[in-house]
Amino acid sequence: MSIILDHVNYIYEEDTTMAYPALTDVNLVIPDGQFIGLIGHTGSGKSTLVQHLNGLLKPTSGAIYYNGADINDEGYDKKLLRSKVGLVFQYPEHQLFEVDVFSDVCFGPKNLGLDKKEIQLRAYAALKQVGIADEYFYQSPFDLSGGQKRRVAIAGVLAMKPEVLILDEPTAGLDPKGRDEILDQIAKLREETGMTVILVSHSMEDVAKYVDRLIVMNKSRVVFDDTPAAVFAHYEELEQIGLAAPQITYIMQALREKGLSVDTGITTVTEAKEAILKALRG
Amino acid sequence: MLKDITLGQYYQTDSVIHRLDPRVKLVSTVVFIISLFIVDNFIGYLIAAAFLFAVIKLSKVPFSFMVRGMKSILILLLFAVVFNLFLTPGEVLVSFWKLKITKEGLRLAVMMAVRLMFLIIGSSVMTLTTTPNHLTDGLEKLLNPLKVFKVPVHEIAMMMSIALRFIPILLEETDKIMKAQIARGADFESGNLFKKAKSLVPLLVPLFISAFRRANDLATAMEARCYRGGEHRTKMKPLVYAKRDFMAYAFVFGYLVLCIVFGKILF
Ligand SMILES: Nc1ncnc2c1ncn2[C@@H]1O[C@H](COP(=O)(O)OP(=O)(O)O)[C@@H](O)[C@H]1O
Ligand SMILES: [Mg+2]
Repeated sequence: MSIILDHVNYIYEEDTTMAYPALTDVNLVIPDGQFIGLIGHTGSGKSTLVQHLNGLLKPTSGAIYYNGADINDEGYDKKLLRSKVGLVFQYPEHQLFEVDVFSDVCFGPKNLGLDKKEIQLRAYAALKQVGIADEYFYQSPFDLSGGQKRRVAIAGVLAMKPEVLILDEPTAGLDPKGRDEILDQIAKLREETGMTVILVSHSMEDVAKYVDRLIVMNKSRVVFDDTPAAVFAHYEELEQIGLAAPQITYIMQALREKGLSVDTGITTVTEAKEAILKALRG
Repeated sequence: MLKDITLGQYYQTDSVIHRLDPRVKLVSTVVFIISLFIVDNFIGYLIAAAFLFAVIKLSKVPFSFMVRGMKSILILLLFAVVFNLFLTPGEVLVSFWKLKITKEGLRLAVMMAVRLMFLIIGSSVMTLTTTPNHLTDGLEKLLNPLKVFKVPVHEIAMMMSIALRFIPILLEETDKIMKAQIARGADFESGNLFKKAKSLVPLLVPLFISAFRRANDLATAMEARCYRGGEHRTKMKPLVYAKRDFMAYAFVFGYLVLCIVFGKILF
């Protein structure tokens, strides 16, 4: 059970003078249960790629398989696909429209044609999952703070009970505290449910400590696809494409050059502390 | 689908037509439209076609780009043709069932189709070769005499340029919100009229909110820079006629005379 991308190409405004290749020969296998970070500079094609995964965009050439079936085949149930592959857009709070928070979260499951009881149960569970307290349920979504609005919007997708959750830059425009809260919540969510999560970001620092696989994009192509440690080992190439490894990677690199034998694939401060202590103690 | 709307879009390139003063283009477009209603014989339309063809060639805008905008008004065109074709009384050419095609009807239908097509292509040449800002600048200058009658010319021009500026932004926003709601299982296509109208709520509410937010931001930004319209406002790039502009006026005047002489009087 997985998502497979086979030689996917996508060109915006094909057949015009403004034709722009946004995806070039993308090949990926995304097995169940992975926590993936999709990283790339602004304009590298991240959003374009994730919109292919739930059939919002159709590849100019190449194919996408979900659980073995080509999602762009005639008669493939796109609506069902979209409930299985939940996509949270960038600035998702801009899509809120209902009179209160609870009804807005009900929108997704309602479109799936579920019965009323099930819809409400799902909406309730989803709002709890993103940490929205009961007292906000019947407020207008427009009265909430930025971070809360975003959680509600994420709940709106969670309520469809997706097997794969894709979040396009979920931390864009949030302050550091709001950013950490959302990311921690997502990590917790994924621990509880075991679903596949794809986290899109342009910041290494954000995702490095959470994910177990990093896909790096540059100019419409996938340039790295490996564990975070293995990707960060290419920190010089990463710099050339306008990305940087987490600062801790640089410190470990410098320590190693000075003769301290530490692992340079380290991505978090806690790991670094352990490694340095271990190296010093011999 | 939304991408196909080219009406009122600017096509970036460098050509004589692009460099003309926007006032020249505005006046010429009006003259061209008038000329379409003056001429009523074959030679007249030939002259108009030649004029249009020359201008398009000079503008360096690919013809296919111009025609793409026509798709959206195809229905309108069809209506005009069908109505004229069947509903004009006169000498019957063909008749079947209750419908008759008359000689006069055929003539009128063809004329109407050609006129409408020329009219739309003619005005899109103007919008394709002039940035919205230039266009409103030109309009403001042309309408300036109306200030005597207390018409708020500057404000009208300003409103127009803001509205034009917002069209692509709102189209993009619509596309984004639509996709976001489709990702939540929304369906904008199937169902009867009532259901379709209802399905637009999740699109229109966020769109209006976003439009108001943007309008508000813009107003604040303008106020922060002490914007104040109308009297005593100077321009960074005031419109000044160059030699080519007078030549263009002469060219258009010559065209109009040709139209009157050959398209109307002689035959
Ligand atoms: N609707 C569109 N029409 C034309 N070009 C687009 C459109 N959306 C995105 N692009 C272009 O495709 C490229 C990739 O965009 P995107 O996938 O949004 O990048 P990212 O999410 O990595 O910032 C960008 O250069 C962008 O300008
Ligand atoms: Mg993006």
